[in-house]
Amino acid sequence: MEGLFFNVGSGFLEGIVRGYKAGILTSSHYASLTQCESLEDFKTQLSATDYGNFLANEPSPLSTATIADKATQILVDQFNYLRSNAVEPLSKFLDYITYGYMIDNVVLLITGTLHERDTHELLERCHPLGIFDTMPALCVATNVEELYQSVLVETPLAPYFRECLSAADLDDLNIEIVRNTVYKAYLEDFYHYSTTLGSPTSDVMLDILSFEADRRTINITINSFDTELSKEQRAKLFPAIGRLFPEGNNILAKAEDIEQVRQACDNISEYRTFFDNSASTQGNGTHQDFGEMGVAALLEDRFFRMEVHLNKMAFMQQFQYGVFYSYMKLKEQEIRNITWIAECIAQDARDRIQDFIPIF
Amino acid sequence: MSGSGARENIFATRMALTNTKLRLKGAETGHSLLARKRDALTTRFRAILKKVDEAKRKMGRVMQLASFSMAEVTYTTGDISYLVQEQAKLATFRVKAKQENVSGVLLPAFDVDRVPGSDFNLTGLGRGGQQVLRAKEVYAKAIETLVELASLQTAFTILDEVIRATNRRVNAIEHVIIPRLDNTIKYIMSELDEMDREEFFRLKKVQGKKKRDAANAAQLKAIQDELENARAAEEASAAEATESATENSVENPEQSNVEEAEESVVEESAVESAVEPTDAAGEDPFATSGDLLSTKDEDVIF
Repeated sequence: MEGLFFNVGSGFLEGIVRGYKAGILTSSHYASLTQCESLEDFKTQLSATDYGNFLANEPSPLSTATIADKATQILVDQFNYLRSNAVEPLSKFLDYITYGYMIDNVVLLITGTLHERDTHELLERCHPLGIFDTMPALCVATNVEELYQSVLVETPLAPYFRECLSAADLDDLNIEIVRNTVYKAYLEDFYHYSTTLGSPTSDVMLDILSFEADRRTINITINSFDTELSKEQRAKLFPAIGRLFPEGNNILAKAEDIEQVRQACDNISEYRTFFDNSASTQGNGTHQDFGEMGVAALLEDRFFRMEVHLNKMAFMQQFQYGVFYSYMKLKEQEIRNITWIAECIAQDARDRIQDFIPIF
Repeated sequence: MSGSGARENIFATRMALTNTKLRLKGAETGHSLLARKRDALTTRFRAILKKVDEAKRKMGRVMQLASFSMAEVTYTTGDISYLVQEQAKLATFRVKAKQENVSGVLLPAFDVDRVPGSDFNLTGLGRGGQQVLRAKEVYAKAIETLVELASLQTAFTILDEVIRATNRRVNAIEHVIIPRLDNTIKYIMSELDEMDREEFFRLKKVQGKKKRDAANAAQLKAIQDELENARAAEEASAAEATESATENSVENPEQSNVEEAEESVVEESAVESAVEPTDAAGEDPFATSGDLLSTKDEDVIF
């Protein structure tokens, strides 16, 4: 049924996104990019793709950061085009996508305010996707209380902050805990919003968001080993969604080493391979020397692969909004890949140049 | 001899000679000490040079690794620089300086002092925390290498300077001070020899004069004796020829003239003989010293 009227509101944009998706670099592109000798070659190779002449006006000594910035700018332009042409409920869905970036930006501003820095210069450091009209208003705040109030009033993130944190928390808690608390609330909210959109959007999105939630849970667990983060605090940061929820989350909340994390993930067949050391993934040879840290580093890599896989699957379904989210995520991964390859070329680390995650 | 090369402005006396000889000995001891110091420093310098080379190569590798680990962080988490900057409150990586003594030269040595734990260990909690940790570790190692290199490099510079200074001193002693002292000693010796020879010559002169005077005196005496003999003979002849006095009276004035002249000569010789004893008394110490010197001279000749 939903397919009947989908094209009335969102057909055009879905077409656009699928067109964008065709422009995502393929493995043959990557193959030629990895052959580049210098960043100038790299630029020439990229101009043959959908990126076109995006680096044309850059002064000659290219930095990898510039490449990443420009590539991100292209993505932002595409997104803004989609956003401005979207109608409800797609526009709200797209807004939800930006909230994730918004959280990062607000947290950045909070950090600046807490340390009494000039927050205006921080605006440039904010992720362009997470910029909202009233964001400069946050810079006016000079103390945490004011900032908290203006976040509540000015940002769409108000519910997340209101439910999870008080103004005093901003001052007391480690900023990473603040970020993860808010992000947890955001993920749960996004999840619930996706269920209201009904099948097939929810089918696709719930999978992706569940994975995202599980990934955060596992990451937080592993990264909080040997830190001052207590187990109760850790449990509070776990999103109450995902395939590990609830029993996996409970095990993870008590986990003390990576072995216990592995046991918790063994219950989910898809996640079982994440901790499989012998699995031959590209370039894992370099990681193996680092023991437990190697497993974790490898894990991050596998998470990215899984994410890419899930996002690719989203394109299998038509008449749903998941493609927008997936496109954003795939494109982000592509920018990471480009930056990685550029970095490898710039630093002459040829042996690791294959460690990116090809998308198509 | 004394004319060639620089020498100190000094009176040529025996005391100055002793002093200068002592100083020469001191300079030679100092030279050998400094030369030994230079050798020790040079050995150390070579060792440090080797280490600096190694450390620089190592630093190249480590820094590359470090910046690559940063690339990994950027890959997984994006830009974390601001968060890390703001959350770092206490330096966990400190450098302590201490001093090391290498043959009298104080070399600063830097030590790494790491405080475990950190302020931003929650960075990348949701994503990429492991990469952040790894980058931190790798960078800490890189800084360790840098610190090591820094202490080596400082030691290198300081040692270089000290070696130069020591070299300068060694060379100055070897090529300026020692030759000058040598020259001074030679000068004093030659002056003293010269003085000896003068003295010797003077004594010879005195001796010659004495001999001459003695000869004169003897001659005078002989003449006086002769005269007396002659007078006695005259008196005798006068007694004999009283009757022919009128004839002789013509010759008498001449005779008296000769007598007068003879008397004046005697007076002179008396004056001279009066002077002589005092001279001889003054000469005596010189004579002994002259003897010493002459023996010395012979020594020198042998």
